Amino acid sequence: MSEAGTHPGGHIAHITQAPAQGMITLRGDLSTSAVKNAATGVAAVDMPARGQANCVEDRGIAWMSPDELLVLCPYDTVEANVDKMRATLGDAHALAVDVSDARATFLVEGTHAREVLAKLAPVDLAPDAFVPGMFRRTRLAQVPAAFWMRDARTFQIVCFRSHAQYVHDLLKTAAAPGSAVAYFTG
Amino acid sequence: MSTRLATGGRLINTDAPMRFTFNGKVMKGYAGDTLASALLANDQMLVGRSFKYHRPRGIVASGVEEPNALVNLGVEGKFEPNQRATTTELFDGLLATSQNHWPSLEFDVGALNARLSRFMPAGFYYKMFIHPRPLWKHVYEPFIRQAAGLGQAPKGRDADSYEHFYAFCDVLVVGAGIAGLMAAKSAADAGARVLSLEQAPQGGGRAPVDGGQVDGVPVDKVVDQLVSELTEMPNVTLRLRTMGAGVYDHGYVLGYERLTDHAPDQPGPRHRLWRIKAGQVITATGAIERPLSFAGNDVPGVMLASAVRDYIVNYGVSPGDRVAVVTNNDDAYRTAIAVKKAGLDVPVILDARVLPEDSPLMAEARAAGIRVMMGHGVASVMGGKRVTGIGVCAQAGEGAVLEEIGCDVVAMSGGWSPVVHLWSHCGGKLQWDSDYAMFRPDVHKAPVGGDGAAFVRTAGAANGHFGLHEIVGDGHACGGLAAKATGHTPRKTDAPQGDSPSEAPLAQVWIMPQGAGKTLRAKAWLDYQNDVKVSDVQLAAQEGFESVEHAKRYTTLGMATDQGKLSNINGLAILSDALDQPIPQTGTTTFRPPYTPISMGAIAGEARGAVFQPIRRTPMHDWHEANGADWEPVGAWRRPYAYVRQGESVHDAVMRETRNTRENLGLLDASTLGKLLVKGPDAGRFLDMLYTNMMSTLKPGKCRYGLMCGENGFLIDDGVVARIDEDTWLCHTTTGGADSIHQHMEEWLQTEWWDWQVYVANLTEQYAQVAVVGPNARAALEALGGMDVSRDALGFMEWADGTLGGFDARVYRISFSGELSYEVAVRASQGQAFWDALMAVGDSLGVMPYGTEALHILRAEKGFIMIGDETDGTVIPQDLGLHWALSKKKDDYLGKRAHVRSHMADPDRWKLVGLETLDGSTLPDGAYAVADGTNANGQRNVQGRVTSSYHSPNLGKGIAMGLVHHGPDRMGEVIEFPGTDGKTYQARIVSPVFYDAAGEKQDV
Repeated sequence: MSEAGTHPGGHIAHITQAPAQGMITLRGDLSTSAVKNAATGVAAVDMPARGQANCVEDRGIAWMSPDELLVLCPYDTVEANVDKMRATLGDAHALAVDVSDARATFLVEGTHAREVLAKLAPVDLAPDAFVPGMFRRTRLAQVPAAFWMRDARTFQIVCFRSHAQYVHDLLKTAAAPGSAVAYFTG
Repeated sequence: MSTRLATGGRLINTDAPMRFTFNGKVMKGYAGDTLASALLANDQMLVGRSFKYHRPRGIVASGVEEPNALVNLGVEGKFEPNQRATTTELFDGLLATSQNHWPSLEFDVGALNARLSRFMPAGFYYKMFIHPRPLWKHVYEPFIRQAAGLGQAPKGRDADSYEHFYAFCDVLVVGAGIAGLMAAKSAADAGARVLSLEQAPQGGGRAPVDGGQVDGVPVDKVVDQLVSELTEMPNVTLRLRTMGAGVYDHGYVLGYERLTDHAPDQPGPRHRLWRIKAGQVITATGAIERPLSFAGNDVPGVMLASAVRDYIVNYGVSPGDRVAVVTNNDDAYRTAIAVKKAGLDVPVILDARVLPEDSPLMAEARAAGIRVMMGHGVASVMGGKRVTGIGVCAQAGEGAVLEEIGCDVVAMSGGWSPVVHLWSHCGGKLQWDSDYAMFRPDVHKAPVGGDGAAFVRTAGAANGHFGLHEIVGDGHACGGLAAKATGHTPRKTDAPQGDSPSEAPLAQVWIMPQGAGKTLRAKAWLDYQNDVKVSDVQLAAQEGFESVEHAKRYTTLGMATDQGKLSNINGLAILSDALDQPIPQTGTTTFRPPYTPISMGAIAGEARGAVFQPIRRTPMHDWHEANGADWEPVGAWRRPYAYVRQGESVHDAVMRETRNTRENLGLLDASTLGKLLVKGPDAGRFLDMLYTNMMSTLKPGKCRYGLMCGENGFLIDDGVVARIDEDTWLCHTTTGGADSIHQHMEEWLQTEWWDWQVYVANLTEQYAQVAVVGPNARAALEALGGMDVSRDALGFMEWADGTLGGFDARVYRISFSGELSYEVAVRASQGQAFWDALMAVGDSLGVMPYGTEALHILRAEKGFIMIGDETDGTVIPQDLGLHWALSKKKDDYLGKRAHVRSHMADPDRWKLVGLETLDGSTLPDGAYAVADGTNANGQRNVQGRVTSSYHSPNLGKGIAMGLVHHGPDRMGEVIEFPGTDGKTYQARIVSPVFYDAAGEKQDV
């Protein structure tokens, strides 16, 4: 059941800081085709439903709120993509802005990844309750964060850049050796 | 004496002996023992001293209700006081010491208090320590503090780790006794996601000790079967050593898991706090036996009857060779029978009842040859540190001793009280059941959720059921109902059939004997730890403490670490009797979480050491750290207060940085300033509402300083606003205001002006921002090259996009220092590289980084206000002479209406001025200027206060700003500021602008 010890330092999950990820905040009326096209045209994925994220590697769209999306794209294409989105939006009242540098991203990987996050976020992380395709804005202990699942055993976490060190330390603490909860894994 | 029996002990493993130490004495126990059972096995009945009289205290109970056996555990980083021996699992090498005695447990000087007990009645402290008043501070308070507390406070840093865990389930079952297991099983069978918590290391609760059969199978086998079935079910989690600590609104429950208390060498966290959100909560928390109130019931060796049989059956420990049983109910007969079966002697059962015929349990006891004396009770207990015998009396009498009977243990039972704590935490009501003399949950008044439906249910003994048949049936039904309430369909199965002998009714006995006189009542303990006796509660009632909550606090009944688990019902029954009112009218005190104390570590969870508190770091944080930063917390950020060089004091560094910035070139990491992007067709009018001055008229490419007030007119933030394009503005906020002003904007947009077309994005962290300040600032940017930053190309209060030294940059020509100054924003990921580039080109220009204190001095020299210094939530722009920033052209802005209120327009409001000491010294920050006369409270009148004060190295003297009554009209006047250092500072009222009043230096 446990694979503790297979991760560096005997941690119960593998924690890594992900390379820079392009992120664009898009605010607007999500029901309009201008806004939808601006997002999908850049991310090349379908619009997600409420509370969902459609992500393929480093491209994707995450539903942030009824009037906000987070659009993911390769970091080095952000500027071009913001321009492209603004062109698509035309005269529509909307806001598209690069926020890539304002964020840090982490990957939490392994059989116990769910438990590591459940120690920090008030989210139902049971395997049948939180699945790939979902997106959650929440908090990790004392700071805001959002996450989704890249696959069945990997979470991708976004937090503010200034909190990166704290979140890194936090995830390592939550993944401390011998701290598996065995709540989701049985 | 107490000892280990040759046989028995269903929980211990005699193949795994363990050594432990109590008060320096090495003792032997087995795996599966509790510390209490192991102490008893080593004939250690005396385990502590009571709080007030330092009376000898022995083990009374076998579970969480134990009031006496509290010990210090471990040493140094593992030290913890007040640990309950009855719930402490034994491990090899355990170190325990007893508490609250000096010099030793056996001989305690404080026991003299007991001789004086007659003079230390209820309310003693209140009565004694109130007069004369002056003695309180230096005599009484230190004395009481010295006497307070049982264990010692830990001195070492906690060596263990702790964590939280968020869990969600349909049905949470607290307690895995037979009722809880049944409930969990029927809820799980219906398909609900079930989480089952059990505080003990094993399931089953009392059932395996008390016996009986379910569907013809012995109940201990049924327990094993249920535990193994639940463990196998994928939709069930059963956590042992996990206590349900508290029930809160919306199905939120705290669970307290003790992972390594029993195995301290095991890696991982010691405790885990489960933060559970449950659809339905079932409290299957069992019941606690009540002591009987008779004289001498606190002598070590007087124990709860249930505990006596627990020690025999569970741990193979005999608490004593001769066990006298005293009871008002049938259940204690089980103890007598268990003692007899273990081959020990029961000299007598004293039963306070007089019954027409024997119940099956009574008959069984008599058949075992035990002498039963109906209608009798205990008049007195012989022995000091250990029971040696009892005096028997008629329960109906006044306590005349009819016979003395030798014994080592008195097993008492005053009936059972359901554990209603968790039911009550969130508002569940209780009803009085006079048949069983107990409060039980009123199932029609359950805690309700947001939908008005019950979210807490209760099952088994916790629900006031005591027969095995009723308990099993109640658990089974309750689990099904809870599953149904969470949208599952319970299986239609018949409840298992439990069998248990019928029992004769209990008799209510609150004092033994019924006519006990004053002397006996003063020796009949209710609260063992806090030394509250029957006589104390009666005295409290006599003195007018009629409310149970008042009587509790006056007598300290139930205020010990066991929180009244044994004393509560007995105490309020005595109070009711004294007040001559029925018990339900007296009611109970409030049941508050946690059920038993939980560790501070568990509450803190992971938040310690590096992750105690999030610290926000700018992109240049590590550079600052490596270059001598003396940190200052600003909001959650850490900013360099100054960069201290070797051999320099912090003050020296501040002076050097302040001077250098005026003379050469200073760099400030301004990345923490809030940067809010506001965009949309209505953005201009939105900002006109938020700022007191006009922002809609600002031209693209230009900057304007703005003030923000709240609805009540007080200043909440300030900063420079840049207009980016036709419908976009970038608003700089203070460091601390970034998040709150963002929220402020969203709140107005979402609640009041929801139809305005405006979007806001917080870009604070997208950029690293560096203030390049000083006469050489332009030269530095020109050395980087890439854009024209000349006066003509980029004038004061303008901004431009471009590249500097190859970095994409937005350059704002703004100044918070009065010097030639640029603030340059680059992508955060480029922040450090850009800083390095500036340091490189600045090398020949006299560059030095400067910190927040130099920033403050520079702005104070210029008379610029600082939100949080000149403002404190009660200051309006007019107080600060900022009338120029209050637009008269606008119909409205937040705060405008408030500014015309009479008090805001009052000419007597204190106003901003500069202050200059006559001797050049620096005024103490926050000092008040005194005026003539005194106020209604006899205090000196005041006429102003210092809001900012610094030594200015550029001016070579102390400079300050302050708010002074009629200040601007009193230029040149000298006022006095008494300091806390005994010195009175004389300061002249001057203009707040000390440096370059014409503003020429920033506009070059």
